[in-house]
Amino acid sequence: MADKQEIDDVTGTDTTGHEWDGIKELNNPLPRWWLWTFYGTVVWGLAYTIAYPAWPLINSATTGLLGYSTRAEVAERIAEVDAQNAELTERLASADLATLAPDDPAHRFGVAGGASVFLAHCSQCHGSGAAGVQAAGYPNLLDDAWLWGGTLEDIEYTVRHGIRNETDPDARWSEMPAFGDIMSDEEIGQTVEYVLSLSGQDHDAAMAEQGMVWFQEQCSACHGDNGEGIRELGAPTLNDAIWLYGGDRETLIETVTYSRFGVMPAWGQRLDEEEIKAVTLYLHQLGGGE
Amino acid sequence: MAFLKRHQVLERSPTLLFVFSLLTVSVGGIVEIAPLFYLENTIEEVEGVRPYSPLELAGRDIYVREGCYVCHSQMIRPMRDEVERYGHYSLAAESMYDHPHQWGSKRTGPDLARVGGRYSDAWHVDHLMDPQSVVPESIMPKYAFLADAVIDGEHIEDLVKTHRFVGVPYTDEMVAAAADDFRVQADPDGDWDGLVERYPGAVVSNFDGQPELTEMDALIAYLQMLGTLVDFSTFTPDPSR
Repeated sequence: MADKQEIDDVTGTDTTGHEWDGIKELNNPLPRWWLWTFYGTVVWGLAYTIAYPAWPLINSATTGLLGYSTRAEVAERIAEVDAQNAELTERLASADLATLAPDDPAHRFGVAGGASVFLAHCSQCHGSGAAGVQAAGYPNLLDDAWLWGGTLEDIEYTVRHGIRNETDPDARWSEMPAFGDIMSDEEIGQTVEYVLSLSGQDHDAAMAEQGMVWFQEQCSACHGDNGEGIRELGAPTLNDAIWLYGGDRETLIETVTYSRFGVMPAWGQRLDEEEIKAVTLYLHQLGGGE
Repeated sequence: MAFLKRHQVLERSPTLLFVFSLLTVSVGGIVEIAPLFYLENTIEEVEGVRPYSPLELAGRDIYVREGCYVCHSQMIRPMRDEVERYGHYSLAAESMYDHPHQWGSKRTGPDLARVGGRYSDAWHVDHLMDPQSVVPESIMPKYAFLADAVIDGEHIEDLVKTHRFVGVPYTDEMVAAAADDFRVQADPDGDWDGLVERYPGAVVSNFDGQPELTEMDALIAYLQMLGTLVDFSTFTPDPSR
């Protein structure tokens, strides 16, 4: 080993003393620029731990000379944007939607912001284009058919309190009985034939005639004498071509036998006042608003 | 520069080299990990956080088994865009009873830290059965088999005991009632007063809409409680932490 210095004849450089098969390793120093960059990063690293929270002590860690905190920073960023929007947010939150003019800046702000609220919170059920998934029971919000009403006031109430949820006592609530427990399969079959006839679909006229009796007895209180539906009860219209869950014979038998129970969360518990109003304005101008 | 040549002392003694290597690689753990266990600002007490109910715990096991964490994080970072989209940033205390935690590191799907209560139970069933039926653009696989996997909670008491063993404060009462609590949480017609008393905020529902208790029930029970325990209308985190 290299207790004695050995100078390589050809280059005049020290060797490390390591030798393999006559080949010796030169002991060139590290390049100066590299070495000083390395020392620089060490100094930078130390300075960094002094400027920012770092060193663990007995009960807490050093807080750093710059007083940086992730939580404070995010709060600051949010406050910054809130301050920028404060005027419009305030105006929207306190506005009466029914009288808010469409060319009001707060209205435009609401529609634009409502689109974001919709994508973040509503699109998972109602689809990113708000067309819903009718077959699975998620209503289309683009058309004129509304279960609970399509005025600004109605939409706002539905968004705020939701439908048939357990978390908001003011949630919209109606519950169709599972007629499988009340009527026989034959009676349900007859009723469904009558319901098919209401929307002009192919049906068995003889069965429908008997079904009309059952319908008037069991269904018309909520769905109306002619199946026109009653909004106050959230009872859908049965005499048009728009169906939630499906309007074919098989699906109707399933609906009448087991009932349906679509739940919507109460967004008043999660969204801010202006977010609720914004998404209401957005939904209302999609096409079906009343 | 004689000082800079002293490294040769280490390099020529295997024992010394080993000892100093060990010390060097330990520094990371000693200064970065160990203090987290005793520093006051890393163990913030937060009101409302409770151990998982037995059914939620079973659902959590299914979540881990199916590798949900591979695509979904449970960690809302303190950044404005995340807070706006997912809700309040996650607190350490919210995963204090997680063994192991499900923070994840990859978001192929959205963060789930506050998914609880965001959608209806029926939506979760539809979505787990066939994600594309409700979210056409989703690339999530189907988990319809969960609805067919009936579970009886045979080992639920052991599971609760195991979590107690690693530090979750389950009481003797909770352990004794584990099997009953497991079943009654998916049975709104049952006597679930005790369950809600032991696990405040626990949601009782027939999650999957079927009469049998299935893995689907357990998983949805777990999903529906995620991020719901802390009431941020009354709790404001200390900004200096």
